Amino acid sequence: MAKKELKPSQIKAQQEAENAAALEALRKRREKEHRKMERSKGTNKQVGKSWKNDIGIFLFLTLLGAFMLLPIYVAVITSVKPVNEIFIMPPRLYAMDPTFDNFKDLFVVANNSWVPFSRNVFNSIFVTVAATVLHVLFACTAGFVLSKCKFPGAKALNKIIVIALLFNSQVTYIMQYMVMAKLGMINTYAALICPLIGSSMGLYLMIQSVSQIPDAMIEAAKVDGAGLMRICWGIVIPNSKPAVMTIIIFEFQAAWNANGGSLVYDEALKTIPTVVQQIAAAGLARQGAIAASAVVLMIPPLAIFIAAQSNVMETMAHAGMKD
Amino acid sequence: MAAETQKKEILLPSERKMSFKEKWGYTWHEMKRNKMCYLMLLPFMVFFIMFTVIPVCMSLPIGFTDFDMAHFPPKFVGLQNFYTMFLEDDVFIGSIRTTLIFAIFTGPLSYALSFFLAWLINELHPVLKTVFTLIFYAPSMAGNIYFVWQLIFSGDTYGYLNAMLSELGITTSAIQWLTDANYVLPCVIVVQLWVSMGAGFLAMRAGFQGIDKAMYEAGAIEGISNRWQELIYITIPSMGPQLMFAAVMQIVSAFTVDIVGRSLAGFPSTDYKVHTIMTHAFDYGWVRFEMGYSSAICFVLFLVMLICNNLVGKLLGKYMN
Repeated sequence: MAKKELKPSQIKAQQEAENAAALEALRKRREKEHRKMERSKGTNKQVGKSWKNDIGIFLFLTLLGAFMLLPIYVAVITSVKPVNEIFIMPPRLYAMDPTFDNFKDLFVVANNSWVPFSRNVFNSIFVTVAATVLHVLFACTAGFVLSKCKFPGAKALNKIIVIALLFNSQVTYIMQYMVMAKLGMINTYAALICPLIGSSMGLYLMIQSVSQIPDAMIEAAKVDGAGLMRICWGIVIPNSKPAVMTIIIFEFQAAWNANGGSLVYDEALKTIPTVVQQIAAAGLARQGAIAASAVVLMIPPLAIFIAAQSNVMETMAHAGMKD
Repeated sequence: MAAETQKKEILLPSERKMSFKEKWGYTWHEMKRNKMCYLMLLPFMVFFIMFTVIPVCMSLPIGFTDFDMAHFPPKFVGLQNFYTMFLEDDVFIGSIRTTLIFAIFTGPLSYALSFFLAWLINELHPVLKTVFTLIFYAPSMAGNIYFVWQLIFSGDTYGYLNAMLSELGITTSAIQWLTDANYVLPCVIVVQLWVSMGAGFLAMRAGFQGIDKAMYEAGAIEGISNRWQELIYITIPSMGPQLMFAAVMQIVSAFTVDIVGRSLAGFPSTDYKVHTIMTHAFDYGWVRFEMGYSSAICFVLFLVMLICNNLVGKLLGKYMN
């Protein structure tokens, strides 16, 4: 009787609760399946993928990678070897008594020159950052325009950029110097920064990568009323992140390693590679110190590379929209 | 009849035959319509024209002159430089052969290797991807680290390679890797291959990373059954632009092999064994200050690279949009 009395309200509540529980269970199962799918993404979805294959690839790459890394390893080891170990017979692939003397030597000599070494470090960082930022900004906009917009001269410009890439003349440097001299840029930061900004390699990579972005996407944005600038920075560039990261790596590395010794003669304006070269040439030409300087110079591009690469992966994992 | 007239009306101005004046008027109109494009190009183009186009345009005519950087203006000599180059300069003829040997190894071989490695790396776990990309790119990242090879190939018994070989009992005396005419070329080729995994490799990695995973799923449904098919039908066609970029980079680096050989084997190298066209241009440009001749050499090299570039462009053309 009581049961019957409860029927209209309570049974409905009970049913609702049951339904909710069932829904919850279903949701959980879906979520689990989804997570499972997410996990297996990139490993099992492609045809013929198996962990055995992956291990084979891994082993092969490790072997080849060891060969690629060997000289860099030798450089690092040489840089931490004390002088008496460098000339041990036969040469060893490890340091028995690793020291940082070579690095200390390097910094002591660098600090004893006309200007404090920190000034050169600042110069290097300033030149590299300025060149990289400006180059990437300009190359992104120009790359988008050259690859996606049709306007008189676009085809000719595209051709000129490839030709500029191929033209590698010993004489060009002299002409570049003459242009800079005419503009009064010699012995200023501009002489180090400006030629790097206009390097055609980054632009060419940008053009090539942006050409993969579907036209439909750009048309849609145009219909929605976005201006070219907006399309470029809001849609095209975020969708070509691997390319942007790659040109950041290229440009950073080029700027960082650029030896502007002939463009800048004021000690206070010289960058680290120039100073290191001077040190290596000025009597401290020992294997250990040269190796130490190579190792030190390698660190910043390495850091940028790792940062850029991991960024690429994150963005690509969530990249959804493609034609 | 009516359809024809209608068709005529639909034709875009650019497809119609126009008089000269009309054409320029149209171009001008188009230019005005697209002024935003030019505005966006401007910042890059200022630097590009100033520091690349103008110097290149200035250095091209130098090849037809006798110019030593001291006497202005350069003396015009017509085709004399080219005549000397091909008919009288034996070292140049030898350098063509060396350049071609280098070009084969660091061009097609290195290109194929870059692609293959980029592909293999792409199959791995994301963290391993970064690690291996880093390992294979590291040699080109460290500006001038190839000096280390000098320690490895060193001609005395302090050299790692010599020490290793004698330790294993393969050789009894030290081999002059970098000065013996028999060994120097292979040694420099190895080093050149080692540094050549640069821009192209990284661009290919970026290309692989940019491929939509859904394409592979679709491919699997469409009946692709193994990885080779996947590579040929999906991967390569969807990264044409990166392949083209890598090819251009590879052409440039293959034909301009110079500095590695010069710094490892010395300059000039034994028997001109690693004397490439670029080394020859360096010799005349920076050692003898015969800029005119040097510029002419570079011009010939440029033409060869341009031809190669067009060939590759034709080959890869079907993969470009």
